[in-house]
Amino acid sequence: MTIQLSLKSVDKFYGPIGKGVHAVKAIDMQVPKGDIIALLGSSGCGKTSTLRMIAGFEAVSRGTIELAGKQVQTLPPVRRNVAMAFEGYSLYPTVTVRDNIAFALKASRLAEAEVARRVGHVADMLEITDILDRFPFSISGGQQQRASLARALVRDADLHLLDEPMGQLEPQLRTLLRGRIKHYIKERGLTAILVTHDQTEANALADRIAVMEGGVLQQYGSPAEIKERPANLFTGTFVGEPPMNVFAATASVSGGTLTFDLTGGLDLRYAESAFDPRVRKMVLDRKQVMIGVRPYAVHRAEQGAAARVVANQWLGDQSHIAASFAGKTIVLVEHDRAHLTEGEPIKVEIKPQDLHIFDPASGLALSHGNELAA
Amino acid sequence: METTSPVERLLRGIAITLVCLFFMFPIVWIVLMSFQTNETILRVPPSVIFVPTLENYTALITGKLETQAGTLDIDFMGNLWNSLFLSTTSVAIGLILGVPAAYAFARLKFRGSEDIAFTLLSFRFAPPLLVLLPLTIYFQQLGLANTYGGLIWVYQLIVLPLILWIVRGYFEDIPADIEYAYRIAGHDFWSTFRRIALPLAGPGIAAAGLLSFIFAWNNFVFALVLASADKQPVTVGALAFVTASGIQYGQVAAGIVLSIAPTFALALYAQRYLVEGLSLGAVKG
Repeated sequence: MTIQLSLKSVDKFYGPIGKGVHAVKAIDMQVPKGDIIALLGSSGCGKTSTLRMIAGFEAVSRGTIELAGKQVQTLPPVRRNVAMAFEGYSLYPTVTVRDNIAFALKASRLAEAEVARRVGHVADMLEITDILDRFPFSISGGQQQRASLARALVRDADLHLLDEPMGQLEPQLRTLLRGRIKHYIKERGLTAILVTHDQTEANALADRIAVMEGGVLQQYGSPAEIKERPANLFTGTFVGEPPMNVFAATASVSGGTLTFDLTGGLDLRYAESAFDPRVRKMVLDRKQVMIGVRPYAVHRAEQGAAARVVANQWLGDQSHIAASFAGKTIVLVEHDRAHLTEGEPIKVEIKPQDLHIFDPASGLALSHGNELAA
Repeated sequence: METTSPVERLLRGIAITLVCLFFMFPIVWIVLMSFQTNETILRVPPSVIFVPTLENYTALITGKLETQAGTLDIDFMGNLWNSLFLSTTSVAIGLILGVPAAYAFARLKFRGSEDIAFTLLSFRFAPPLLVLLPLTIYFQQLGLANTYGGLIWVYQLIVLPLILWIVRGYFEDIPADIEYAYRIAGHDFWSTFRRIALPLAGPGIAAAGLLSFIFAWNNFVFALVLASADKQPVTVGALAFVTASGIQYGQVAAGIVLSIAPTFALALYAQRYLVEGLSLGAVKG
């Protein structure tokens, strides 16, 4: 596995180093060749700044960026061999969509027939063949976005940067194109970094997701890893729809029963033997923990902790049930239509292997189910 | 489409006619005057019926001004040429200096950029007379008084701030990402500036060039003080029509018509570039 892109303690300050706004904080990241990486985070988390530093539009305040084996952080964009699709499309207004897409290929002195073939192919994939001869100002936002995406994907670059590449597309088209784009990138062995705040997009397209918040890389791992083993409370609650339920708890043990006393006078009881000894020891050593559980892992049961329904939404393919629980709200997801009315008492059960335990002070994950977090 | 009633259309027509009359009258009147002799111009009551004559124009073009006191040599065509040369050169230099500067002010954030831009703009606030006296002394000592070079330099006071501020606004309106997209596609900074930024700001540059040309053309005081007869533009040269034997209204009018003509032609020509600029707004978003 060759590393195509490597960020080493990259910092970005807007303003003087140490004094200005610290937008990106000591990011370390390795991107293997041929991988698709999603930078996922809310607005202002530093993901676009990171992308623009890789492209060369923003100076790197500290740290190094290595692309295809050479340090590029001080090179101008033209010498980095990077392709980018911009969030604001940024098509050249004076030329047609076709010329916009072909622009870089023509500059690289590719044979005309080959340029036409590639442009045709990428336009076909993105469903913009019929607007190739129009000018950017005469087409819709979604079409401009696809043209901009085509302009980036058509190139042979060491790295493809896609900034919110599908934000303006209709949901059906988005789903369709997601698959095609992934296939296109994989088929050509391109390496791509995608900036998005849409986790469905990140999960569907990316081999690895980099979750960012407050300029810090919170977790970098495969979609499954991020879902199953969130590194901290932020990733746990940020990734996953609906978000993870989190409660503060005090752990204690008596007579073979491990009890999590939730604030609000409710407790979750488990047989001591249901936990791996190391997890049990860690929990009992700490006593005060945060427990997190995914809505999919909360089940209604005959025996369990008491909750009261506050809302029940049927989304067409699943039910989201919100219930007041331990002084807060717990959300559970069921795949069938749940016939529950507001105020109805229910009992919920959470299996010990579904518990994520976090440190209340630092937010770092301590254990996932029966495994200690690394 | 909105439908308009005949009454509304009629009222609108009348209003437009009134506005046109109001603005066009002085120009039309001057054009009429330029084809008359002093006698027909000054008769009371004035009339638009007269026998047109070209003698005002011939006097200007040949440079021989016939007055009751005798023949007077004037160099109106020389003045016209001076105006053309001074304005064109000033605007050209202003564009060469101002457009890259405007780009820098729009795109690059550097220490003191706002202060420098503001200082340049402040040249436009100061009354020209304020700087003229010291400038005259310096120019005489430096040997710049009564030279084209010196005048063109002083004209930058008029031209440069205008170009800088108008063009800067246009550059700021071009999304920087368009330039980034071009640069990332394998072009360096200079070709991006030439091939993307300049064409996109083209209408703004045309507008700034046109406007500063008009301002330079209409300038009076700088040339009055800093230039003698052979370097004077038309604005100053027109003073020659005020002669000992009275004011030659016909020739003044013909002189005005001739001196308006170049700027008028330029404005007509540049108009389509100005309008083109409006469609650029549709690109954003």
